[in-house]
Amino acid sequence: MMRIFVPRDAAARALGADAVAAAVLREIAARGLDATLVRNGSRGMVWLEPLVEIETPQGRTAFGPCAPADIPAILDGQSDKALGPVEAIPFFARQTRLTFARVGLTDPLSLAEYEAHGGLAGLRAALAMTPEERIATVRDSGLRGRGGAGFPTGIKWATVAQAPAPQKYVVCNADEGDSGTFADRMLMEGDPFCLIEGMAICGLSVGATKGYVYIRSEYPDAIAVMEEAIRIARAAGLLGPALLGQGPAFDMEVRVGAGAYVCGEETSLLNSLEGRRGVVRAKPPLPALEGLFGRPTVVNNVLSLAAVPWIMAHGAAAYRDYGLGRSRGTIPLQIAGNVKRGGLCEVAFGLSLGEIVHDIAGGTASGRPVKAVQVGGPLGAYFPPSLFDTPFGYEEFDGAGGLIGHAGIVVFDDSVDMLEQARFAMEFCAVESCGKCTPCRIGAVRGMETIDRIAQGDPEALPLLTDLCETMKLGSLCALGGFTPYPVLSALTHWPEDFARTRRAAA
Amino acid sequence: MKDFVIPGHDGAPAFDDRDLGTPARRSNRTVTLTIDGFAVTVPEGTSVMRAAALAGIEIPKLCATDSLEAWGSCRLCLVEIEGRRGTPASCTTPVAEGMVVHTQTDTLRRLRRGVMELYASDQPQQGLAGPMNRGTPLQRMAAVVGLNAVRYKAPEGGRMASHAEPADNPRFRPVDASNPYFAYDPAQCIVCNLCVRACDEIQGTFALTIEGRGFESRMRPGMAGEDYLSSDCVSCGACVQVCPTGSLMEKSVIELGLPTRSVVTTCAYCGVGCQFEAEAQGDTVVRMVPWKHGKANRGHSCVKGRFAWGYATHRDRILEPMIRESIDEPWRVVGWDEAITFAATRLRAIQARHGRHSIGGITSSRCTNEETYLVQKLIRSVFGNNNTDTCARVCHSPTGYGLRQTFGTSAGTQDFDSVEHTDVAVIIGANPTDGHPVFASRLKRRLRQGARLIVIDPRRIDLVRSPHVEAAYHLALRPGTNVAVLTAMAHVIVTEGLHDERFIRERCDWEEFQHYAEFVSDPRHSPEATEALTGVPAADLRAAARLYATGGNGGDLLRPRRDRTFPGIDHRHGHRQSGHADGQYRRPGWG
Ligand SMILES: Cc1cc2nc3c(=O)[nH]c(=O)nc-3n(C[C@H](O)[C@H](O)[C@H](O)COP(=O)(O)O)c2cc1C
Ligand code: SF4
Ligand code: SF4
Ligand code: SF4
Ligand code: FES
Repeated sequence: MMRIFVPRDAAARALGADAVAAAVLREIAARGLDATLVRNGSRGMVWLEPLVEIETPQGRTAFGPCAPADIPAILDGQSDKALGPVEAIPFFARQTRLTFARVGLTDPLSLAEYEAHGGLAGLRAALAMTPEERIATVRDSGLRGRGGAGFPTGIKWATVAQAPAPQKYVVCNADEGDSGTFADRMLMEGDPFCLIEGMAICGLSVGATKGYVYIRSEYPDAIAVMEEAIRIARAAGLLGPALLGQGPAFDMEVRVGAGAYVCGEETSLLNSLEGRRGVVRAKPPLPALEGLFGRPTVVNNVLSLAAVPWIMAHGAAAYRDYGLGRSRGTIPLQIAGNVKRGGLCEVAFGLSLGEIVHDIAGGTASGRPVKAVQVGGPLGAYFPPSLFDTPFGYEEFDGAGGLIGHAGIVVFDDSVDMLEQARFAMEFCAVESCGKCTPCRIGAVRGMETIDRIAQGDPEALPLLTDLCETMKLGSLCALGGFTPYPVLSALTHWPEDFARTRRAAA
Repeated sequence: MKDFVIPGHDGAPAFDDRDLGTPARRSNRTVTLTIDGFAVTVPEGTSVMRAAALAGIEIPKLCATDSLEAWGSCRLCLVEIEGRRGTPASCTTPVAEGMVVHTQTDTLRRLRRGVMELYASDQPQQGLAGPMNRGTPLQRMAAVVGLNAVRYKAPEGGRMASHAEPADNPRFRPVDASNPYFAYDPAQCIVCNLCVRACDEIQGTFALTIEGRGFESRMRPGMAGEDYLSSDCVSCGACVQVCPTGSLMEKSVIELGLPTRSVVTTCAYCGVGCQFEAEAQGDTVVRMVPWKHGKANRGHSCVKGRFAWGYATHRDRILEPMIRESIDEPWRVVGWDEAITFAATRLRAIQARHGRHSIGGITSSRCTNEETYLVQKLIRSVFGNNNTDTCARVCHSPTGYGLRQTFGTSAGTQDFDSVEHTDVAVIIGANPTDGHPVFASRLKRRLRQGARLIVIDPRRIDLVRSPHVEAAYHLALRPGTNVAVLTAMAHVIVTEGLHDERFIRERCDWEEFQHYAEFVSDPRHSPEATEALTGVPAADLRAAARLYATGGNGGDLLRPRRDRTFPGIDHRHGHRQSGHADGQYRRPGWG
């Protein structure tokens, strides 16, 4: 029986995958084919979506981007959308897909297929380990938090594991609020069992019996898939009173966010999970010691947790072998903005920013020169082409005055006005501020006004902006207010000409 | 209310009125650190801010006070710590061994001024000297950090956003003067959350919240659409007391201005005995502020003592001595000498004519212990008889009897602070949230920390279920069956062997206890046997008794009036006995 794959991924659906899938079903029926339609995850090549794959004895061949009208020709074997074997497409071929190995390959809700492609090996391995070995494996893999701060995951887990408490929790941060990021969503929609397995291993390792996945409300597909996958996992005895029927208890549920960027900040997320207003809590106490409902809690990003099954199954050293410096393993880059090839690309740390922008993304879609690249979401710095040799790694980006954050990369061509981008950063902060601390709550609004004055050529406004950025950077309670100065100051540093307006010019 | 003690005067000890910023921490481990070059040793868990304050170093602050847990929002209290990145907030950073802290550096000065400049840029037109902005901490901090000018201004043709302009902030609402005692002006609010935290943590009413987010954040009483008056607010005044701006302010201060002197005094409304600072201009009271060193109230109060002092200047008040020959004559205002001579002569005359025992004296329950003492002294040593009583003695004689029979003295067994150590509280026939609100707030605080509560009362008092507080058991007995219920509790404790024999042998008469144990063990005292009489389900009673006996430090609170009847005596007696059987008295948190 032939299998035809049309992604169920929200990005593919937004580009018309549902209509394509309907066309596939129509053609199967009309032609009386012995074929089934599988709604897989996305392979991450968003510019090729909807990407249709047909299973052949030689492997899976790809067609895209497809419209419903392309389906008959594809089935006739004479489509001009043919892309050859999907895994030979250069964008895909150069990747190191550890975390995303199954995304796009399997039916996301088939537990059998999940296992057939290496799923549950990590949990089984972890169950066979001593508690110390589990933590040591995560620590030695060099895995660091993929949610933004890059905190070593093993140390976080060890803190929770060592905290004595009658109840502990695992909270998966799936709020994914950074503009230009979508890896968490793709993983949850494309391989939900991987996240479940990662959370189960985490619970097992730290002594937590309950997990929550906090998913932003703007991800209805991911919410539905995760809920269904949890139900399946529970029915199969993977989750429940005994992990895989042999381990300690672990169960989990999905919680839906209320639509605030700041609820991705871990303490604010915990408040939201507890049913409180989503404001940031001062640290200490660390969530690892006093987290959800005051109990020791691991808060990890989707990608951090989803990396763990592979690490457990293949060993710490295998993961650590990838990467550079203190950034070990792989990072799922999310490439967006003005690029030829946008999408998800999992690679080992260490590629230069220039390679990513030019070789992987293929430069700008507009064909104009690249002016700026914002890395790490709305709080990340803008990089000029002169910094394109910066290798992709936590310390390396920090050293260049930026951050890698959740590895979102947004490319702009030379038509962008960096003063406008700086103002947008302040505006984003003003809109999304939780309002708890003064530098962010009032500062972001004053920042917009001050940049407007700069645009008008007011000479007093520029020094005021740099003073304000210092107050926000050093004074804010959390990274929303604290990192907003990064895009603002990087724009000012690298493109001073965009800020050098005179009163006459403005008039 | 009476002058009680004037700290620092007449040899009375001076009290430390500094706000140390964050609450004290109890720990038997200490930590030594260096702050601005001074070595400081404090209990583990203490904040850097408090450690500095104890060393005499004031770190600027606006959102911290030592009666509430740190919150970390104003960002004025930033410090530099050697070896740590950035500038952590001193109120939320606990001390660590060997830490080296700097509270005054160029960077910190710039940051603090930067934050104050932002505050000032969002205050009403009059800036920090608005009409209601009277000597507030916000004003003081602006001066302390040396804020000289606000450089923010509107772009040409645009405007500078203000949280108090409906055009910039759709959530803005004007002054809420619905509360009779204080006004809320959101225009001056800096969203420091102190009021919300005071209402939650100290008062336990949860009447306030912050709505909206970012620039639109706004403190709001009650649910959407409500004002202070229609919210759950009980006008305790805690929020007003902590507000560092002119946003929440007593109407009396708005009307009269700031007080110039203060006298510590005790509130005479109820038996809790809250202490206040009566703040006045000359002899005119401007406001009553609960005194942080008051042992009963620790800086908290209820509406009565805080705001209901209008009687102090009421026109019906008698301010001069008056006398009259007989009841059909009008009162005549006279001098003190004449009045006292008149009273003394007449009293002596009555005694001369009718005998030594013909007169006596009774004091009101509103009188302080000192006043009552003086009156009985007058009766005994001047009038030469024992005809003296106090109304409180009448109310409390069953209490006194019960306590005396059980413990040999009729005094209470614990002070109010001991509630902080209670693990299981039993309330019998009392309704503290109404009757003794300040104590109720302290009890609720402890309950929110995890202590459990047993309510024995036919009524469903507030504490049975109120925000973040729920009784583990509410034994809604039939009126008049207190003794049966308490005996049944003792029955459970004794028959299930939950009493602490070692404690009883150590502190009580073991033989007598055995008599008592034998008596309560009788099957007719079992919860099952008395269920029909008391109406309390036997299973609940058993569970409550087990909780009382095994749930940790137990304490009980009884309401005096319950004890007026003779069963009241038995009940108190019975209750004390069960407490004793269980070994629960005379340790902090017990009794
Ligand atoms: C304003 C703000 C938004 C954030 N949003 C997210 C988010 O959407 N997803 C996420 O995983 N982490 C987010 N973070 C980071 C989290 O606070 C936290 O560091 C992370 O969830 C920890 O997980 P990790 O160690 O696996 O990265 C955000 C942080 C800030 C300050
Ligand atoms: S920086 Fe902004 S988002 Fe973070 S705590 Fe402060 S006000 Fe809230
Ligand atoms: S007066 Fe008391 S009860 Fe009312 S809001 Fe303020 S703190 Fe709460
Ligand atoms: S009303 Fe006063 S105490 Fe309450 S948040 Fe505003 S400034 Fe702070
Ligand atoms: S006093 Fe520390 S942040 Fe306000």
